[in-house]
Amino acid sequence: METKQPLGGRVLTGPFVFFLILVLIGAYFAAKRFTLGIGAVSNMNDGYPWGIWIALDVVIGTALACGGYTMALLTYAFNRGEYHPLVRPALLTSLFGYSLAGISVMIDIGRYWQAYNIILPWHSNLHSVMFEVALCIGAYCLVLWIEFAPALLEKMKADRLLKKLNRVLLIFIALGILLPTMHQSSLGTMMLMAGYKLSPLWRTAFLPLLFLLTALIIGFAVVIYESLFSSVTHRLPLETTILSKLATVTFWCVLLFMVIRIEDVNLRGYLPLAFDGSLVSNMFLLENTFLLCGLFLLMYPGNRNCPKLLFLSASCLLIGGSLYRFNTYITGFDPGNGWQYFPSVGELCITFGIVAVEILGYMWCVKRLPIISVPQTS
Amino acid sequence: MKIKRRDFLKLSAGGSLLMATLGPTAALSNTEKKALPPDAVGILYDSTLCVGCQACMVACKQANKMPLETEDVYRRWDNPQDLSSKTLNIIKRYQDGSEATKDQEQDGYAFIKRQCMHCIEPSCVSACPVSALRKDAKNGIVSYNKDACIGCRYCQIACPFNIPKFQWESTTPEIVKCQLCNHLLKEGKYAACCSACPTGASLYGPMEDLLAEAKRRLKLEPGVYANFPLNRIGPDGSNRTTSHKVGQYVQHIYGENEVGGTQNLMLAGVSFSKLGMPELPDEPFVRLADGIQYAIYKGMAYPLALLGALIYMIRKGENNGDHKDKA
Repeated sequence: METKQPLGGRVLTGPFVFFLILVLIGAYFAAKRFTLGIGAVSNMNDGYPWGIWIALDVVIGTALACGGYTMALLTYAFNRGEYHPLVRPALLTSLFGYSLAGISVMIDIGRYWQAYNIILPWHSNLHSVMFEVALCIGAYCLVLWIEFAPALLEKMKADRLLKKLNRVLLIFIALGILLPTMHQSSLGTMMLMAGYKLSPLWRTAFLPLLFLLTALIIGFAVVIYESLFSSVTHRLPLETTILSKLATVTFWCVLLFMVIRIEDVNLRGYLPLAFDGSLVSNMFLLENTFLLCGLFLLMYPGNRNCPKLLFLSASCLLIGGSLYRFNTYITGFDPGNGWQYFPSVGELCITFGIVAVEILGYMWCVKRLPIISVPQTS
Repeated sequence: MKIKRRDFLKLSAGGSLLMATLGPTAALSNTEKKALPPDAVGILYDSTLCVGCQACMVACKQANKMPLETEDVYRRWDNPQDLSSKTLNIIKRYQDGSEATKDQEQDGYAFIKRQCMHCIEPSCVSACPVSALRKDAKNGIVSYNKDACIGCRYCQIACPFNIPKFQWESTTPEIVKCQLCNHLLKEGKYAACCSACPTGASLYGPMEDLLAEAKRRLKLEPGVYANFPLNRIGPDGSNRTTSHKVGQYVQHIYGENEVGGTQNLMLAGVSFSKLGMPELPDEPFVRLADGIQYAIYKGMAYPLALLGALIYMIRKGENNGDHKDKA
């Protein structure tokens, strides 16, 4: 019998202080952005209007936060109860990932005080992919908090409220699967609009499908990663049996992704472009090398039982999947006219600060809230 | 690796299902041109008539109250390098070799005027989540509303001409672009650049007249003198003309069909790619994105069906008692 419980222990550890310092540095640059304008801290320009705040914090950040989505999909929709111990920790990282992506957006958009215009019907543009993404991500943040609420209510011992919530939770779990399916694919549709500015190695009508698949792949990989990581750091038994099953599901997703990805570029006749030696084509090769490494590692069922190889393949998939998204938004994007973009120190510090908030929050939560499943023998 | 037959079939079936759902979206795209708005107005820019005097740039700055861009400490002249959040309209110059002959690709030079093209199917309007960018249903002018804008800059990503600019140095930044002087229309005036142009290189008027004029010019015999209308044509035209030697036109009206057509048409004596204009397909990029969005979200039928299916599956699982304690 297993039960979820706070892991306990000191909160103010060395790593905690380190991440706290990163948060403070990020806060300094964020303050500068709000008092002096985006140009004062960022290298974004009229050619590259989107930089790492969008590509890393939102496009990759929300994919890394897809653990909650993928686990809910397996556990509830495909009724695989065995994955249950992985759901709550995954939900927690999703909650942080998405909430912070939301904060990132507020730092990134120029006229943040008018952000509510999106939900005013006389302003809403139903044709806009951005409208759909913004609305879905906003709604999903709320859904995640509701899905996660049982953990907080258990801690607060609010049994009656917990019972009430459990009765309607079903709808929110369903929404928690629907909304990411919608906006994760739309993040791909978004870049179709860039037209010729996006390299043909990435621009395809399959962008929405490929983005949905990378959300799943990254989501699965994150759960494997996170489970192995917290087992080791908190000296808990490894959840190898569930993880190897999860690895099998992941394998099929990566295989489907790779087939569509390579075949699509090939059928459109752009595969030779990948070997012209430019930075863009090398990034294409790098991205696919990581994904293929992850795929091959998972191909042999024996490997899926070995924690070390699982860790390695999950790492490859995380890097490869993230690179795919990064390349679609930054590397593969060329507005022409000699525009260049490389993130500034201030820009990077804000992104690091946001990631640090995420890690700090996770560290605190697993120690103080009932998140991780612990065998009851102790 | 041993691939189980059942699994393989599942994967292929799933794959073809997904391909099938995406397949029809490709069919949605078509190259049929959208009609111009009823009272569409625009500009015909003729590079062969342009002498690069930049009177249009000065007039534009004055009419739109735009700041100077200058390195000069006494701020005596405006010297923008390209379109920016301070410059809505710019004359740029192509040059090659000895730069001896105007409107000649080799050892020559030529001018080009850059500004918003006022597309018939504007990407920026489709991209904007809050309708801050709108295309006027009558005159087709693409205008900007700062009170709606959230500053997401998706319009900049979407514009195939890189026209919208952002005020990066401002704490209350706005998107800046040419709005065809729509604030002057009420006063009975028209685009400042065209009213200032002394050679007829920038001509304002109804789209039909501009297109007819462009086609007339392409048929003229190069080297002979011909009359060219000045400033404005159409019912409210200036009726002023000027005589010029007909240039060696490239037989192409840029903007007639590019990305579905634009309300800013261009003629030139050297190829448009040399002048820095992108080579674009006739089908606007917005159609593919719009087509896919429309196929998936039409009437929200698919999302709602999926939501229903999910609720059914979760409830079924719940009744089986597989996971009583949720989340």
